[in-house]
Amino acid sequence: MIIPTHPMWLAGAVAVWLALWTANVTLAQSRGRAARIAMPILFGAALLVLWEGIVRAYQVSPVILPPPSTIAQTFAASLPMLWADFVQTVIKGALSGFVIGVAAAFVVAIVIDRSPFLQKGLLPIGNFVAALPIVGLAPILVMWFGFDWHSKAAVVVVMVFFPVLINLVAGLKASERMQRDLMATWGASYWQSLFKLRLPAAMPFFFNGLKIASTLALIGAIVAEFFGSPIVGLGFRISAEIGRLGLDIVWAEIVVAALAGSVLYGAIALTERWVTFWHPSQRR
Amino acid sequence: MSRALPILTVLAAILAIWYAATIWMNATWVFDQAERNGQTVTWAEVIPQTMTQDRPLLPPPHQVAANLWQGIAGQAITSKRSLVYHAFVTFRGTMAGFGLGILLGVGLAMAIVRYRVMDGSVMPWAIISQTIPIVALAPMILTLSNSVGIDGKEVPKAIISAYLSFFPVFVSMIKGLRSPDQMQLDLLKTYGAGEGATFFKLRLPASLPYFFASLKVAVAAALIGTIVGELPSGAIEGLGARMLIGSQFGEPLIMWAALFAAAILAGLLIVAVGLVERLANRRMGGVA
Repeated sequence: MIIPTHPMWLAGAVAVWLALWTANVTLAQSRGRAARIAMPILFGAALLVLWEGIVRAYQVSPVILPPPSTIAQTFAASLPMLWADFVQTVIKGALSGFVIGVAAAFVVAIVIDRSPFLQKGLLPIGNFVAALPIVGLAPILVMWFGFDWHSKAAVVVVMVFFPVLINLVAGLKASERMQRDLMATWGASYWQSLFKLRLPAAMPFFFNGLKIASTLALIGAIVAEFFGSPIVGLGFRISAEIGRLGLDIVWAEIVVAALAGSVLYGAIALTERWVTFWHPSQRR
Repeated sequence: MSRALPILTVLAAILAIWYAATIWMNATWVFDQAERNGQTVTWAEVIPQTMTQDRPLLPPPHQVAANLWQGIAGQAITSKRSLVYHAFVTFRGTMAGFGLGILLGVGLAMAIVRYRVMDGSVMPWAIISQTIPIVALAPMILTLSNSVGIDGKEVPKAIISAYLSFFPVFVSMIKGLRSPDQMQLDLLKTYGAGEGATFFKLRLPASLPYFFASLKVAVAAALIGTIVGELPSGAIEGLGARMLIGSQFGEPLIMWAALFAAAILAGLLIVAVGLVERLANRRMGGVA
């Protein structure tokens, strides 16, 4: 083991880590709701303290790994720039593409649901395409739609489309024969039975697709920026600052990306709980 | 036959749309070119010209196919211009990431099923880790592993790929290791089985179907991770690097050929993993 330059920092960090871990071991005994929330927070805090301690103890150069405190300072100091990048990549690129892609998949799913022939033809192809590395389309779409956010949104549309389509088509089959027959005996029209029975029954599948799509959307928007972008955006900033060794800014951008991804996922999970409250997986 | 007909129809429709789009998108260039030379061209002259451009906006399928074939069969497979060579580099990265991802996924799942502390403190972070776009982290992983003294792009590529592929394995293994019901666990207790025996004789065998089912998703994720890992690394080998080169030098045909090579590689990997899954299921007495 290499001798640290400032052993006190290392000792302190390890001590805090051990204390927090012991706290978690104790918390694990209880089954309360508070413990369930506190444990991951303590674990995350312990990781940050350990990171800070190791970086300071070994005097790691900030161009290799900046400590969390520096990253937090940079984050607070460059809020306007981070906000502009966030708007460019997440709101304009990822979110608009996400909405368009999901809407398109929704419409197509309902259309091909009416035709068994199209289902037999499109589903195997859709299944296959969903497993392909669609990010590879990014350079081509950047060539077509230019460097601004339109090309990023286009990449996101393509990436999001297939997972949502497949899940929704599977979901539209999820209602049972008996339930559909019941709708028929009530004289329900196709649309009535679609809106009152089959779409609600498809919602758990639909949200599954949305969750997969939410991560893909951010990946697509950031990857597309590696192939050309205006001088704003998460992906642009990351590759530019890596070149200038501004690693604290890179980490601040990573924090932004992580927050955006988690918030998007969380929002979908909350909506899911609200829409599919009747599903067994949502009962508590 | 009843399954092939709809698929072929849809494929034919896709090809037809593709050709139509080729003519529509590339015609502008032909018209501009003619206008610059002071000529007028008729559609009968335009259409053949849209099919043979060097740098088309959208190459027609047969041009992509020819380029792909040229890249696969037209070169010695050790040549830097061979797509087989680049696909092999990507395949190697994918396998490294896939293996690492399986180890990580199974290991974490075992720890979480065994220890309540791990379940409480690590599980939420494992889920959050997947909502963080890995591409944002990818350049960081490259610099970090470089400064730690790891040369080359193989290790960081494998880490990025493992980051994406561990999750499906992890989730399925947790489900699988928890799948034995109380009755079975009680039975082993009456046999006086210890913790190790319960794990190896009950929990592990019970989790295998879940494990194999997750592999298909994991291998597709590993391939995406590898290609993404090749993008910001300034790598010159691998399918992701080919796409970047095609994009930077304005050579659409290189991009398209690399894209289709990646698609073929993905197809082969998924079929191979599917075969392993079927074999394993048969060995374990399943029907599938």
